Amino acid sequence: MKIKLLDIAHGRSGDKGDAANVGIIAYDDKGYQIIAKHLTVDSVKKHFEGICLGEVERFELPNLRALNFLLHNTLGGGGTVSLKHDAQGKTLAAALLRMEIEVDEI
Amino acid sequence: MKEKIRIASGQGFWGDLIDAPYKQVTAGDIDYLVMDYLAEVTMSILQKQKNKDPKLGYAKDIPPLMERILPICKEKNIKVITNGGGVNPQGCAEEVLKVANKIGLTDLKVAVVLGDNIKDRIDEIIEAGCELNNMETGESIKSVKDKLLSANVYFGAFPIVEALNRGADIVITGRTTDTGLTLAPMIHEFAWSEKDYDLLSAGTVAGHILECGGQASGGNLLADWESVDNLADIGFPIAEAYPDGTFLITKHESLGGKVSYETVSEQLLYEIGDPKDYITPDCVADFTSIKLEDLGNNKVKVYDIKGNAETPSFKVSCSYESGYSASGSLTYSWPKALSKAKAADKILRKRLENLDLHFEEIRTEFIGYDSCHGPLSTKLDENDINEIMLRIAVRSDDYNSVERFGKEIAPLILTGPPSVTGFAGGRPRPSSVVAYWPALIPKNLVQPEVKILEMK
Repeated sequence: MKIKLLDIAHGRSGDKGDAANVGIIAYDDKGYQIIAKHLTVDSVKKHFEGICLGEVERFELPNLRALNFLLHNTLGGGGTVSLKHDAQGKTLAAALLRMEIEVDEI
Repeated sequence: MKEKIRIASGQGFWGDLIDAPYKQVTAGDIDYLVMDYLAEVTMSILQKQKNKDPKLGYAKDIPPLMERILPICKEKNIKVITNGGGVNPQGCAEEVLKVANKIGLTDLKVAVVLGDNIKDRIDEIIEAGCELNNMETGESIKSVKDKLLSANVYFGAFPIVEALNRGADIVITGRTTDTGLTLAPMIHEFAWSEKDYDLLSAGTVAGHILECGGQASGGNLLADWESVDNLADIGFPIAEAYPDGTFLITKHESLGGKVSYETVSEQLLYEIGDPKDYITPDCVADFTSIKLEDLGNNKVKVYDIKGNAETPSFKVSCSYESGYSASGSLTYSWPKALSKAKAADKILRKRLENLDLHFEEIRTEFIGYDSCHGPLSTKLDENDINEIMLRIAVRSDDYNSVERFGKEIAPLILTGPPSVTGFAGGRPRPSSVVAYWPALIPKNLVQPEVKILEMK
């Protein structure tokens, strides 16, 4: 079955220079197993195609049931240089939660 | 030694809720009020203000705020720590002492932390062998040296600890890390060693949770945001800290908002990089060690935090002028709002091209459609779209190009697609673009200095 990441996780995003940081937190342990398996560097890079123009870095925080991603070359030069409406990537956590994941059961 | 101390966040950035610090000192008991005023852009704004008037260069909200809260802080023995001194902590402290005098206080010790501002020391620092190479590009600072607006070293908690040890009631710093403001009172009250990196990391994590104010107590909460009660009267977060490094995140009961596992965990993930390597001047905290327990009743216990020794460098944040930018917007209504906005964009770009202007970047966004999530946005049928705001922004080294762009927006109303509105406030004016130059500096090249100012 297909689930929306939004239903099993929440998160917050912000800026680190021209990179956006996207933190995703599962609501429970089972959700963490799902995000740890399905949110890979490749799947996140593909999801943000056209938005993240650089490399994706992925970090695990199992203690918080969370993953942290750094999306490099994403904010149009970053902070005050960027011409983007969302120059600080504040809405990108919500953008990642749009992802649909194919799981066996939930 | 106190059994516990309560440290309250009063401000998450310069421009945050004006009444938040007042509510923190009045709506319940706290021992310390910590206020973070400085974002990277703030330092360059403050430096510009100081260039015009040497008495300025600090967060101007501070003296009037002190007038309101000082009598309460004195009565309840609440100490105030802030980095709102910006590029002129001394000037800020002098104003605070004037305010204290005006409201009839007779004794008040205000400490300032100086030495972080290295803007006038760049040549000397280069001569000492540190070229303040850009952390991202590796380039020497020499290339932007003549355009520098500000250059500040991030100090940690220890200069503030010294100020508190010397009896300061108020500590006003320049560029101190946001986390250092919260860590310092823990070191001071619990006599933590500068080598006990687990404890320093615990205080640093507490600082990270408090540094964005209401973002840890129900603001900007992606998890179940509709469940947050009374955001209109949000209580900013409070860290109730214990000598063993354990702390509770909570808020004043009578105020709104919410403290839960979700509000705290979202803030922990905010603007971090490698979670095992959260570098501050005081220690390197390991966010993968943090344990959270939601105790209910707006209390979250945070414990078991581990960390490692500090690095041999301070981080430096420099800002410099890098061209001009401007943005303008127009709103198009149904029918075919998106097509109209796209057509207007094309017309404008053609006009700019015909004028032979020079831009490094022209960016078009359709607000209400895909400005936030770009290609991930749901595709909509034109009939389902009620209105679209067209937003166009430009950046250029050439001031005249940016200024002329500003004159080309309004004419689209009479010379472009129909059912258009929303042009108010005059032509977009060029504003200078401030770019950042992050660098590292060996710790031995800068010395924090703590000065105590007292009432005469």
